[in-house]
This record gives sequence, structure tokens and C-alpha cells, in this order.
Amino acid sequence: MQIIKKIGLFTFLIGLIIFTILPFVGEFEVSSTTFDKVLREKGISSEIFVQEMERNVVGKEFSGMLSLSPKISNALETANTQHRKNKEYKKVIYTGPHDMAAAVGKVGGSGFVVDNKGLMWFLTFGLGILGALLFIVPDVVLLGLKGIKNNGIYHENATNRGWIAWMVFVFLVSFYLVLYFRSEYAVNWTYLVDPISEFLSGNPAGHWFVYGFMYCTVMSVMAVRMYIKYRHNMYQMVRTTSVLFFQIVFAFLIPEIMVRLQMPYYDFKNAFPLDYDFFFQWNLKSLLNSGGIGLFILVWGIVLTLVIVPVMVYFFGKRWYCSWVCGCGGLAETLGDPYRQHSSKSLFSWKVERWLVHSVLVFAVGMTLMTLYSFFTESSTVLGLKTQSVQSAYSLLIGAFFAGVIGTGFYPIFGNRVWCRFGCPLAAYLGFVQRFKSRFRITTNGGQCISCGNCSTYCEQGIDVRAYAQKGENIIRSSCVGCGICSAVCPRGVLKLENGPLKGRINPTEILLGNDVDLMELVNKK
Amino acid sequence: MEHIVIIGNGISGITAARHIRKLSDKKITIISPESNYFFSRTALMYVYMGHMKFEHTQPYENWFWKKNRLDLVHGYVAKVDTANKRLLLKGSEEIGYDKLIIATGSKSNKFGWPGQDLKGVQGLYSKQDLELLEANAPNREVCKRAVIVGGGLIGIELAEMLGSRDIPVTFLVREKSFWDGVLPKGESQMINEHILEHHIDLKLDTNLKEIVSDENGWAKAVITDKGETIPCNVVGLTAGVTPNIDFLEGSGIEVGKGVKVNNFLETNITDVYAIGDCAEQHEAIGNRRPIEAVWYTGRMMGEALAQTICGRKRAYKPGHWFNSAKFLDIEYQTYGWVFTDRSKKDHELHFHWRHPSEKICVTIAFHKDTKQLLGINTFGIRMRHEILDRWLTEERTMDYVLEYLKDANFDPEFYAKYEKAIISHYNTQFGTNITPKKKSWKRIFSNV
Repeated sequence: MQIIKKIGLFTFLIGLIIFTILPFVGEFEVSSTTFDKVLREKGISSEIFVQEMERNVVGKEFSGMLSLSPKISNALETANTQHRKNKEYKKVIYTGPHDMAAAVGKVGGSGFVVDNKGLMWFLTFGLGILGALLFIVPDVVLLGLKGIKNNGIYHENATNRGWIAWMVFVFLVSFYLVLYFRSEYAVNWTYLVDPISEFLSGNPAGHWFVYGFMYCTVMSVMAVRMYIKYRHNMYQMVRTTSVLFFQIVFAFLIPEIMVRLQMPYYDFKNAFPLDYDFFFQWNLKSLLNSGGIGLFILVWGIVLTLVIVPVMVYFFGKRWYCSWVCGCGGLAETLGDPYRQHSSKSLFSWKVERWLVHSVLVFAVGMTLMTLYSFFTESSTVLGLKTQSVQSAYSLLIGAFFAGVIGTGFYPIFGNRVWCRFGCPLAAYLGFVQRFKSRFRITTNGGQCISCGNCSTYCEQGIDVRAYAQKGENIIRSSCVGCGICSAVCPRGVLKLENGPLKGRINPTEILLGNDVDLMELVNKK
Repeated sequence: MEHIVIIGNGISGITAARHIRKLSDKKITIISPESNYFFSRTALMYVYMGHMKFEHTQPYENWFWKKNRLDLVHGYVAKVDTANKRLLLKGSEEIGYDKLIIATGSKSNKFGWPGQDLKGVQGLYSKQDLELLEANAPNREVCKRAVIVGGGLIGIELAEMLGSRDIPVTFLVREKSFWDGVLPKGESQMINEHILEHHIDLKLDTNLKEIVSDENGWAKAVITDKGETIPCNVVGLTAGVTPNIDFLEGSGIEVGKGVKVNNFLETNITDVYAIGDCAEQHEAIGNRRPIEAVWYTGRMMGEALAQTICGRKRAYKPGHWFNSAKFLDIEYQTYGWVFTDRSKKDHELHFHWRHPSEKICVTIAFHKDTKQLLGINTFGIRMRHEILDRWLTEERTMDYVLEYLKDANFDPEFYAKYEKAIISHYNTQFGTNITPKKKSWKRIFSNV
């Protein structure tokens, strides 16, 4: 069994290494016909850019994106500087230099990777999946009997912030930086999944398709790990299945198929304000121009946020979204599960959390109000602030850095819910509902708690669960996503997630059940 | 300002300190040689197994103590001078007190076995024991086999701990079946099976005779009363615990096995109290033992004594007995009293149900004439403390208990439910016709 695991790990690493090398290799040659196509698609009218490109890029052979990308960025920047100086704003190119490099690279790629997409898919994704499964599946036997198996988590380098954890950190952060800021280096990755993308939407894959496909793959493989690890716990099995279903069907398949059907790309479960650009001008315009389905999406998006989400939180707590449906939550609960113990439980972190997450909510709502004001009044500024600058700031700081780079990249160091806990504006909104008007609570079972601290240690949201449990209080916290792990790891059967009547839900106590009733009454009702 | 000094920073001492602080402004000093800050003793096993780090066993952050003006002294009390109300610490420091709370807990039992003080022989109680185990048994290369002596809760925890590092374990249990002094036959039998499932070499009805030393004073084998010699590197002595009160000798404080206290947790000397594992009731309360070495009783004694010390004199009156434990993968809960086949009284009747394939079972004890519920043990099923406590107080009958059994279930959502199987088994066995009622929130919350 150990040998199978080792072979799996080795296979996985080969896949990972090939995947990691891809951005740096490959041949690119842009012919003038393909270049014309890009010009037409992007609607470029800058003759300077065309000249620069024809001089430095078109018809030449490049080995690796590292040599091609700077040429394109230079051409674009030279052109834009010149046009801005001459006040020829119509000629300025608004596609970013890296997106331009990605677009040119995508059509100009040639060589082994492009000619052998299927094989290359197997050598990266294929080996990765196969290796990971070979590594994970032997646990069916190795973990022994059913039950909580957290042995060695704090002895293992990978799960105790050792060098492996730091390597994972570096890899994830770099991956997200490429994805958000240097998409041209993802061009080779897009070839791997072109066949899948063409099958689904009819279009070749972009780097976001790579991300979406990878997201689903990683979640599926790590869900297998969840199924094995928590096979004694039906709540975890059902929840994992749910979150996987919503990711694959709602976040991945349906939007791609909608594109094929000439409909707007939309993830029906992604609620505003997590879906922060829902009310952006380009999105509203695209929806309004898409006929009945566009209008439906518009109404659905608004109803989802204003009615469905809060009503469901009233009945089930915010878990129905955060750990049953949401994609961010889904990744956190599968890929992130080995790192859940790293979320800080200190009072200081809780203070930071409340300030940060609510600030982001205010930011998101403020930005959206500005956006809507600008949309209806057709003015580009609100109180002297440029709407578009605020949107860009949000997209960069919150959308890219907080949710992506930090949110996932920091899994191995700060735990798997950094974004959900400190940054997600939707979580902040659901948190209000959960705290003040919801049937959900984690019930503490009388006086059975022995203060061991398993619940607190494994709470991914950094809630000091034990602080409540040892006092006999129910846990009512806005940040709780109801993952159910505290209840699972409790050795004494103290915690239960339930939806019950509001009366008696919040039950501050001084003396726990088990004591003489007079004393309990005396102290608790004073 | 009155100065309260507490010896011991375990659950009972710390609970007392916290509640005294809530109720008053008294000066509070807590003395312990074991650790700088309060930690949960019950979680030590998880540190060795790598589920947690030691800092996770500390329920309060380090700033908590200063903020709440709880003065922590790292020291060992060598003598108590009750006449002058002074404590003498090792290293000759002295601390005066107005009121003294003794909360020094327990130490591992040693029954005078030959070789019991050899290197590699240890108990599992304190932080130091954990550190010692980490040194004695870091892995299976250093510790090729461990022998555990004593089949109680700590013994099985130690077996689980060593198993987590793949160290082979031989488990010597004096009784004919695991923990059968507490558990009825069916349950004890199920745990035997589970221990074997975990590849622990369980030797029932076997006593330790001698621990053999190697040339360097380390344990190298044990010899059992069956004449068997078992080579090993570590011997775990887990044959129960005993109050840790040797330092009270000559203080004039009355001791038996533990510090003798009345219902108000007062000793024979004014202003000296004892709580937790080290306290021994003059007369046992109900069916409880005079010395209760249980986590929650320590906590409850601390809660009650804090009231007394702050001028609202309260007796320690624990309610219905309850407890819980985990045997490897099997959770165990108990409410009320379920005695063993040997210790149960004539009127106590048992109903036992066991799952045909899973390690899940229930035993309910009831009065054979009145059918009144006496107690319940569950294995692999969680129960709602509040409901069972209420049923015991209301002296409910078996018919009632089974009918509303669903109200008492505390398993996580989506878990398989066993009420139907349990009740139909009861119906067949006792010729009744009970049908279970649906779970009702209204009943569960009826006294809120």
C-alpha cells in the first residue's frame, strides 16, 4: 500500500512538473493572416502598434513565451504612449499588454504541445489525477477502521507549515499571479483543454477555462479524499457531494453550455456581492441585450441576493451556501481540508476578521451603488470619484488579490478559509442574518465537554468553539459556515449542528447542566 | 483584600478561580509546578497523536490570566502551615493565604510491583508524563513494544496513542473482560472485539508480576502472573489514579485516601477547602464514589465552592450521574446508573440492543416492577444530555423513554437512526407494542 502511495506521489509530481514547465516552452510564430485576424477581433486601429508588431513579431519564430511577450507589450505600450501624447484616444488600445500577448500567443502557438493536445493533457492533468488517486485511495485500507483519523497532522511537514507547505504556498501564489496578471504564460495550458472547451462551448479555451477545469478536477480528486477520510460521517459525505455537484454543474458546465446556446455566461449560484461585477455596466448591458434569458438572469440575480439567500439562511444557516453550494467554499472544503487547523483562534484574529470582512462588504456595496448611479445617470463620476477607478481598485485588490492570491494561495499557512473569513462580502452579509435571525445553531450537549480543544483546533473559520462548549453555550457565530467538522472531531459527542426554533437558541449560561438544579438557577438567572 | 490561594491549576482549581473572580474582587493566586498555564489534561493524548499541539490544549489565551488578575505562581508546595496560614514552597519561598483551596488532582497508582520505578516505566497523567512518553516512545524503532498494565480509560487511551505511531502494544487487563467493573457484559464484550480489531494484543485476566531490568536500569520485559515474559521497551502503568496529597502530611488537614471534605467541600480546618480529584467526601453522594476523578465533577466542585467562598454558601450537589469516553473509534456516553451484572441490584433489569454489523449498542437499565428508567449506556450513538437528565428527574418509565427516544438522539444530521430497530427489539423481548413518536422541538425545548 505504501508503495502504491509512493508511485502515486511520484506520478503526480511528474504531472505537476510538466505542467509547471509548460509556461516557459513552446514555439510561437504569428503569420500576417493570423495577426490580421487578431487585429480585427480586437478592433485595433493603431497603425503604430501594427508597425511595431510587423517589425518585431509577425513572421518571426519565438521559442517560449518569455521571448515573445515583452515584444508585444512593448509594441502596445509604445503605441499607446504615442497616441495619448497625440490625443488620438480612438486609437488607444484598451486590451491590457498581457491579455494582448495571450491573444497573439494563442493563435501563434505551434509545435509539440499544440500538435499533441490529448497526449499533453494526459501528461499533465492525466498524470496528476492518476497520481493523486493512487496516493489517496490506499487510505481506504491504511486509515484502518471508520472514525476520525487525524493522526500525525501536526507531525507531518506538509500539514504543519513545514517546507512542503511553503512550497505549496509558493506554487499556489505563483499560479494565481500568472492567472490574474500574466495570462500569456497560461497559453500552453489552454491548448491542453482546447478539445474539452470546444466540445462544451464551441470555442477554444482561454486561461479562465483552464482555471475552471482545473478547479473542478482538483475538487473532484480531493473530494475522493474527503469521502475516504470521513466515510463514517454521513453529513460530510452528503455535504461534499453537494458542493461538488454545484461546482461542476452550476459553475462549470451550465455557463459553458449557455455560451454554446448564444446565451450570456452565467453561474446561477454565484450571488452578489460575491459576484461583485453583476451590476457592472458591461454585464447589465450584455444581459439587457440577451433577450428573455438575460432578463431572467437579471431578475434571478437580484432575487437570489435579496430573497433566496437570506430566507435559506434563516432556515438552515449560512452553511447552505458557504459549505454546500459555494465554489470558494467547495475548494476550501476539499483541497483546503488538510489545512483547516491553521486558522488562528486568537481574539486578535477575530477582531481583525470583523473589521476586514465588514469593510469589504461596505466597499462592495458602496462600489455597486456608485455603479448603479453611474449606469442610470450616465455620469462617470460620483462625488468626484471615478466609478471606473473604484471598480478597478475593487477588482484588483479584492477580486484578484484577496479572493485569489491570498484566499487560496495562503491555504497551507493561514488555513483554508482566509477569503471566506476575512474577505468575502457575501459571507459578511449572510453572517448578519445567521447571527440575528436564523434557526441554525451548534448545540452544546449539557455538561459533557472536556475542554480538549479538538473542535477549536479544526474549526476552519477560526472560531474558538471550545470557549462556548465548555460553558454549555450554543455556538451562534456569524462566521460559522456549518462544515460540521467540530461535531465530527469531538470525542465526547458534545456538538450538533441543528436548525430549531429561535427561542432558546442563544443560551448564555454560567453553570452547566449536571449541577444541582438550585445552583444552576441561582447563577444563571441572577 | 482577602487572599485566596489555590494549589493546582487543573480544571477544578481554575474553575473555582474564574468564578471567584466573576463574583468578587478578591486577590487570587494559583500555584502549580506542572505547567505555566491551565491546559486540558484529557487532551494530552491528542498531542502525542499529532492531532494538536500542546498550545491547543490551553482553553484560555496567555493574556487571560493577567487581564483577570489571576496570579500564576510556578512552584511546588512542600508544606502547608495551617496554624499560620502559610504555604512553604520548594526553594523556601513562602506565600500567605486567607483561604486555601487544595485542587492538586491525582497521581498514577503504583502497587509495589517489582521494577515499577525502572526507566521506561511510566504513567499517563501529567504534562511531564506526556513529555516522558515522547522521549521513551517516539517511534517503533526506539520502542519496539510497549506493555500497558491496567484496563481502564487511561490504559486504552495510551494504547491508542502508541498505536498511532505503529508501536506494537500488549495490553494487560486484570478483569476477565475489558472494563467489566463498570460496563455490562455485552458492551464490555464489544469493546474487547474493537481492541482486537485495532491489532492490540489484549491479554484479559492477566496481572503484572514483575518488570525486568536491563543492565542500564531500563525496563526490558514484563513477566505476567501467567508466567509469560513479554519483551518491551516501555511499560505504561495505568491502573487507576490516587489523590495527590502527600505534601499535606503533618498539616493537620484530615486525609483518608483523599482530602476529607463535607458537602460544602470544607476540610476539618477552617478556611481550607479541597475540590476535584483530590477531595474525598465523608459520605458518598448517591451512587457516586467518595472520590470522583472525573473532569466535570472537578469543574462542578469549583463552581459550587466559588459560591461558598464569595458568601453564598452552597453545597456540592451533583445532579444525575453522567459521563462519556471514547474507546479508540467508539464513543461512549452514559446517563444515570447502569450497573454491571455483578454489581446491579435485584430490581435492576437491563435491555440491550446491539447493531448486527456495526459497533453500535445501547443498554438501558430500568426498575423491573415500576419500569422506571435508571440509566442508559450508548456506544456509537450520541444522546442529548438535557433530555435524559429531565427523564431521570421526572422518573419516566421505559414505555415513555422508548416512545420519545427520537427526542434524545444527538447524532449529526443524516446519520442512520436506530430507534426503530431498538424499539422493535424491545417490543419482541418484553411483549410490548411501543411505537416511536416523531422528534419534537417543542418537547425538547419545553422547559426553556
